[in-house]
Amino acid sequence: MLRFIVRRLLQLIPILLGLSVLLFAWLRALPGGPAQAALGERATPEAIARYNELFGLDEPILVQYLRFLGRAVRLDFGTSARTGRAVTTEFFERMPGTVELTVFALIFAVGVGIPLGYLAARRHGSWLDSTSVIGSLLGVAIPVFFLAYLLRLLFAVELGWLPGSGRQDVRMDATRITNFYVLDGLMTREWDAAWDAVLHLILPAIALGTIPLAIIVRITRASVLDVVNEDYVRTANAKGLAMSTVRRRHIIRNALLPVSTTIGLQAGLLLSGAVLTETVFAFGGVGSAIYDALFARDFALLQGFILMLAVVYVLVNLLVDISYGLLDPRVRAR
Amino acid sequence: MTAMGDVRRRRIDELAARAGAVPEGEGGVSLTRSAFRRLRRNPVAIIGAVIVVVFLVVAAFAPLLAPRDPLAQSLLSQIRPGFIPGAQEGFPLGVDNLGRDLLSRLIWGSRQSLMIGVISTVLGVAVGMALGVLAGGLGGWVDTVVMRFVDIVLSIPSLLMAISISVLLGQNQYALMIAIAVTQVPIFARLLRGSMLAQRNSDYALAATALGVKKGRIVFGHVLPNSLSPVIVQGTLSLATAIIEAAALSFLGLGDPDLARPEWGAMLANAQAFLSVRPELAVYPALCIIVVALGFTLLGESLREALDPKFRR
Repeated sequence: MLRFIVRRLLQLIPILLGLSVLLFAWLRALPGGPAQAALGERATPEAIARYNELFGLDEPILVQYLRFLGRAVRLDFGTSARTGRAVTTEFFERMPGTVELTVFALIFAVGVGIPLGYLAARRHGSWLDSTSVIGSLLGVAIPVFFLAYLLRLLFAVELGWLPGSGRQDVRMDATRITNFYVLDGLMTREWDAAWDAVLHLILPAIALGTIPLAIIVRITRASVLDVVNEDYVRTANAKGLAMSTVRRRHIIRNALLPVSTTIGLQAGLLLSGAVLTETVFAFGGVGSAIYDALFARDFALLQGFILMLAVVYVLVNLLVDISYGLLDPRVRAR
Repeated sequence: MTAMGDVRRRRIDELAARAGAVPEGEGGVSLTRSAFRRLRRNPVAIIGAVIVVVFLVVAAFAPLLAPRDPLAQSLLSQIRPGFIPGAQEGFPLGVDNLGRDLLSRLIWGSRQSLMIGVISTVLGVAVGMALGVLAGGLGGWVDTVVMRFVDIVLSIPSLLMAISISVLLGQNQYALMIAIAVTQVPIFARLLRGSMLAQRNSDYALAATALGVKKGRIVFGHVLPNSLSPVIVQGTLSLATAIIEAAALSFLGLGDPDLARPEWGAMLANAQAFLSVRPELAVYPALCIIVVALGFTLLGESLREALDPKFRR
């Protein structure tokens, strides 16, 4: 198992190197290049020339790349043109919000999706089944940001049941430890702060979780229907096991294998969707920072954020792979 | 094999491996024809096809079907802050915040939205297939290089990839198409490669090799045609994704800046500001996107069933 993990970790190196080359080239290819990225849209040509000289941007490209790589390894991506703060600082301040959002979205998707898919399969052909099939098709076709706007309009603006923007009420004045607002509230025993953060997460999490929910319902349903017809289920029934035992030990356990694969596949979808959802709810995570950076043409921040998000994505995938290695010995051998 | 996206790749490879397995009990009928026959009997496929065809017709004949000029402004005297006139005589769906007929804009918008979806997907499929054929057909170091590249591209979440590319290429409709196409390339490259690898060891490919058929002919004449079905399925499904993704990029302000071309994504993004005044402005373009995406998805899913040997009876 250890060998498997080490091998997987080693295989990350070429990917990360390739990513760094890609994003280095990206910033270089932009009109104005890195100088423009650092100084902002309205930088004068003289300022750009001075910047280029100062930061060695007139040196050979390979030297520049190695220097970029050296800084990237130390997580130094320069300063944001919009806020004037270090890109990395911005990232680590905002990432916890996005993590909280994606975790809540995933809890919603899995918590609703698996039972719903299972019930749909058990009542194959019933109205519940057809509704969940149609619902899961619609869920994939709906643009995330539109759904987010609808939810916000209905439950925050019209009905006023839930907060429609931000991560916490500004009047809360909560203590910050980790920047995970819910966790912070729990750690400091500021229960009202934690609860307020949870309330702020509900609508964005539902919006973000809908596509994964639709996919999970569909896969669970299909997978349960597959397994029900397997020989071992017939055998279990034939030898007189109680129906509940067959369901628990034979059907659900086997049906959940493809479902767990699907859940692992959602990481990228959630990160992409977070950009859109956070923008609608002015959530203050990584996603809304990317949106703001796009408008302000804050390229240094975009470069750093995209690179770091890609690394996060790669690491999440790695974790998913390792957990499969633990679950299924066949994967390890490959 | 690298660690990255192993799950995602395994999924693509699974699809690939299923392609073209020989169906039982269908001697005498060509694969395509038997698949088509199954498709025609499937009501889901028919619904999907009808939706797609209707929208294609609307897009093709937009100038004839649209009751008004999508850019002409009318009813301006009725538009006030906080009020946009709704459906009325001559304007079946009402007008937008600038007094332009919503129905006509939706009809013209189908043109632009479908075009972006189709062109970006065709581009993605073409480049992806070229890479897939290179990797799957030649094997060896070419395979390694191409697949490493694909892995790197796959390691960036698709929307972030599309954002980076549109920023690089500037704001125009071609940049939009290319940005979406690039996110599709790795999927098709991997899919076709996997499917070709599965076919390369099949009996007929071995037989052709034994007969002394040249490698190029085996690849293009035998292996490639038999590896195409997962690509066709994924291509249909990707049309839905491409249209939704185009809307998302429009929403982020990276869409086509040319206001003379109405497009659903841009209309939807623009309508968000007036959502509490007149939600229909957002709801109708969103419905169009949802229904078209649904049409392509239904068609794609039933194609998968028709072509997948697992579903053959």
